[in-house]
Amino acid sequence: MENIIEIRGLKKHFGQLEVLNDIRFSVAPGEVICLIGASGSGKSTLLRCVNLLETPDAGEILVHGQNILQGRMDVNRYRTKVGMVFQSFNLFGNMDVLRNCMVGQTHVLKRSKEEARQKALFFLEKVGMRDFLGASPAQLSGGQKQRVAIARALCMDPEVLLFDEPTSALDPEMVGGVLEVMKGLAREGLTMIVVTHEMGFARDVSTRVVFMDKGVIAEEGTPQDIFQNPQNPRTREFLSRYIQA
Amino acid sequence: MAEFFTKVLDIAQRYWPLFWAGAKVTLLISLTGTVIGLVIGLLVGSVRAVKVEPRDSLGVRIGKHLVHALTSIYIEVFRGTPMIVQSVFLYYLLKPVFKWNPVTAGIFIVSVNTGAYMAEIIRAGIQSVDPGQTEAARSIGMTSMQTMLLVVLPQAVKNSFPAIGNEFVVNIKDTSVLSAISVTDLYFQSIGVAGSIFAYTQTMAITASIYLVLTFTTTRILGLIEKQMGRPKSSFPASQTVPGNPTF
Repeated sequence: MENIIEIRGLKKHFGQLEVLNDIRFSVAPGEVICLIGASGSGKSTLLRCVNLLETPDAGEILVHGQNILQGRMDVNRYRTKVGMVFQSFNLFGNMDVLRNCMVGQTHVLKRSKEEARQKALFFLEKVGMRDFLGASPAQLSGGQKQRVAIARALCMDPEVLLFDEPTSALDPEMVGGVLEVMKGLAREGLTMIVVTHEMGFARDVSTRVVFMDKGVIAEEGTPQDIFQNPQNPRTREFLSRYIQA
Repeated sequence: MAEFFTKVLDIAQRYWPLFWAGAKVTLLISLTGTVIGLVIGLLVGSVRAVKVEPRDSLGVRIGKHLVHALTSIYIEVFRGTPMIVQSVFLYYLLKPVFKWNPVTAGIFIVSVNTGAYMAEIIRAGIQSVDPGQTEAARSIGMTSMQTMLLVVLPQAVKNSFPAIGNEFVVNIKDTSVLSAISVTDLYFQSIGVAGSIFAYTQTMAITASIYLVLTFTTTRILGLIEKQMGRPKSSFPASQTVPGNPTF
């Protein structure tokens, strides 16, 4: 199948620090890709480059064959196709749960209020937050906020959904609920790229695991390849910490 | 002592229409000036919060730097000089152009002066909004303008409401300097009364009391509004905040 996103020769540095070095990476429809690796290995930066929250220094990002880094590309249009779920939820503090899920639909996609509302209700139901429509983000727990944030992203009908350590800021007992929602989405065939430290999720849910080390992709393969038979010594070293734990 | 208060009461009784007329002008100028100043502050503050981005073309870059420099000059000049000097300077400078009366000039000066302070209040308010929310707004495809109007500014204004209200209270008092251009505000009327009967202490006791009533009432009303804004819009039952299970 044709790739949705294809990344070639991607480079990014912050000051002197090389964060991404010559990344080659592609995403096919229906894939659930987990990016794993130590902190500072460039996972989050790679993810943020995919929807241009970070501007790469060099390289190409081809979306359906078109390079989005070249010329006058409509970045906002593109971003509606690539949803993002953040570690710190980032719900809009001045809006209740329902409006958080509607505002992008009505103001960016120009959907009618009624259509936006129906869509929001559908996805809020799906993430188990239908009973909280009038709640403000400040009234919700971390896990609830993250589920609303997932619904907000889904309401835009993205082709790919990016998750940047979606459970890292959660209390342990909240993690399960969010991971359940993500597993459900994966089962339905949503294309996802997930930066995560949840090795159980990577092993059980992903179709491909990408191990990053010092700004390069050190190894990638099926979860079986990576978890049972890692080739790269750095992968082995990284994973051994999780297996012991 | 008793004599003093008798005199005060006497002055209040005889001249209250003048005090009343002056208080109305004071309120008119300070309220209008604060509201227009807030509008100026919202515009200038938001413009100043726009950052130069690596994707910007050279023209846009130069434009942004220019706007930033001009707004900086505006803010520094109006915050760094006394309003009494600004009022005399601008009143006579622009009189041939606008042919304005002192009250109109007063509203203009208070607006522009307050705008400089408001711009910094709003800029600080914008910075108090978590940048993650801006990223989230951009990630669902909002333009930077939509992000500002729909997400950032409402929260910036709410966060800086106490400081915005304080500007109004300050203006009630500071419009007294407009008597330098013969604006017939509370202070101007009072000094007229005091001079004509040569009773400065007693008259100013009345004037001070009226200013105190105005500022005290305003502070209370602003406090009530602030309390109201702090409340979530819907009454949301606390029992529902227990994490529900996703319905997969």
